[in-house]
Amino acid sequence: MRLYSIFVYLFLYIPIGVIAIFSFNAGRHASQFQGFSTQWYGKALNNPFVMDALQTSLTVAFFSALFASLFGTMAAVALQGIKGPVRTVFDGLIYIAVMIPGIVIGIATLIGLVTLFDLVNPAIAAVWPAGAAAPKLSMGMGSLIAAHTMFTMALVVIIVRARLAGMDRSLTEASSDLYATPMGTFRQVTLPMILPGILAGFLLSFTFSFDDFIIAFFVAGSETTLPIYVFSSIRRGVTPEINAIGTMVLAASLIMLVTAQILLRRGEKRKS
Amino acid sequence: MTQRTRNLLLLAPAGTWFLVMLIVPLTVVLVFSFGERGASGGYVPAFTFEQYANLPARWAAFKNTLTLAPIGTFAALVIAYPLAYYLAVKASPKWKTMLLVLVIVPFWTSILIRSYAWIFLLGGRGIPALLELIGIEGVRLINTPFAVLVGIIYGYLPLMVFPIFVSLDRLDKRLLEASSDLGATRFRTFWQVTLPLSLPGIATGSLLVFILLMGEYLIPALLGGGKVFFVGNALVDLFLQSRNWAFGSAVAATLVIIMLVSVTIYMRLISKLGAQREDVSLM
Repeated sequence: MRLYSIFVYLFLYIPIGVIAIFSFNAGRHASQFQGFSTQWYGKALNNPFVMDALQTSLTVAFFSALFASLFGTMAAVALQGIKGPVRTVFDGLIYIAVMIPGIVIGIATLIGLVTLFDLVNPAIAAVWPAGAAAPKLSMGMGSLIAAHTMFTMALVVIIVRARLAGMDRSLTEASSDLYATPMGTFRQVTLPMILPGILAGFLLSFTFSFDDFIIAFFVAGSETTLPIYVFSSIRRGVTPEINAIGTMVLAASLIMLVTAQILLRRGEKRKS
Repeated sequence: MTQRTRNLLLLAPAGTWFLVMLIVPLTVVLVFSFGERGASGGYVPAFTFEQYANLPARWAAFKNTLTLAPIGTFAALVIAYPLAYYLAVKASPKWKTMLLVLVIVPFWTSILIRSYAWIFLLGGRGIPALLELIGIEGVRLINTPFAVLVGIIYGYLPLMVFPIFVSLDRLDKRLLEASSDLGATRFRTFWQVTLPLSLPGIATGSLLVFILLMGEYLIPALLGGGKVFFVGNALVDLFLQSRNWAFGSAVAATLVIIMLVSVTIYMRLISKLGAQREDVSLM
């Protein structure tokens, strides 16, 4: 059984390891290792298309994680004190957001927003002063951020709610017994306790957005995110440059994940 | 400001976001699925069931998804279970958390890069080249259903291991001792005690993997080479290449309906099984 487990770990890590090793391959060919070199990293980092895509991905990931953790936390806190139909509806929304396949979310966002823009754009043009070119809404950075925020917000609500549920109620009661205002209680008691959860939610949202391919594929418009760039290069053929990009992407997600884990653990300890 | 108003204000941004970015778009898909295709693609308002009547045109995609998703789920379960069992029951407590984290970490890294790794391994210069060295020639792995299955198992194994681990970890180990003290063989202990008690974990893991597989696009696109076609691939084709929004919406709506129906049936079955076990244990 132990042997079997070792085997499964090898299955999980050999493919990743092979990519990482071959990203340092001096040769062009994927099959033989022809000596150590970091040239493919240099190539990748000097490729303007890669850097553009990276910048788009980082911007989208940052803003969607920011909005998701802000609005998600607000919702999670509010849901603590709400019962009845509002709560049922909200639970339903989160369930739908998590259950519906990413590809359907991507499609729905694409045709939903395009339809909306088709309605709104003539209206803007009509009220815009003559002479100046009216702004035109279209798919791109904004729709990417909006779509990623929608999905990751559901994640943040789930994570922060779990933390709130694990919180000792008597602490907030004690605080209000001692005449703290609701806002004071929130800032001095609740927030410090759920902060690790919020930060972990931010990092997980960031990772999700940064790695997402399928939603972005539909809603990116003329923008290219890093996963979209990698996907289209894979389609053109396997190159060592993709290995280098892949290794960097994996390393970045690993760092994010470890940080999120540590934050959640630390919160856990403080709680007990 | 009353507490209720404050709570509602706090909910407002998230609620609006879900409304505009989730509910409205999903409604648009539903409405479009009853519409007609425009002359140059896109959508023309109408009320017709034509798109749904046309579904058999994409029958192959549905057939592939509905065979490979359950097979993939089952294969992941069979491979994940012994590992989850080892981690929960046999592994030393000192290493347990560390080993579990090592299983889960890959799931949170890019599925695109992880599937790409298998193009690299299964492609002509990877494993087939190694097999040629030992005299086995002409093996084709990439762009086959087998490659898609490997990609599926590789991608979703962590998601299966975790819930099973949780249910086995919670299991009271004294039950296993009691069973063997009463003369049960190890197999019988497993079959009658361990397996039934880990059923919730199996159910959760299978459900998660199945849901994700139903909407899969990347793995068949990268490892199936256009020959193993999922509904996801049909959707990309319909929306991004042929721009047939009305028919694409009908396909998407059908996919979601199939998913909801199979998940509901599955949950019913599981809770029934659970209920039966309850009766047995009462006796």
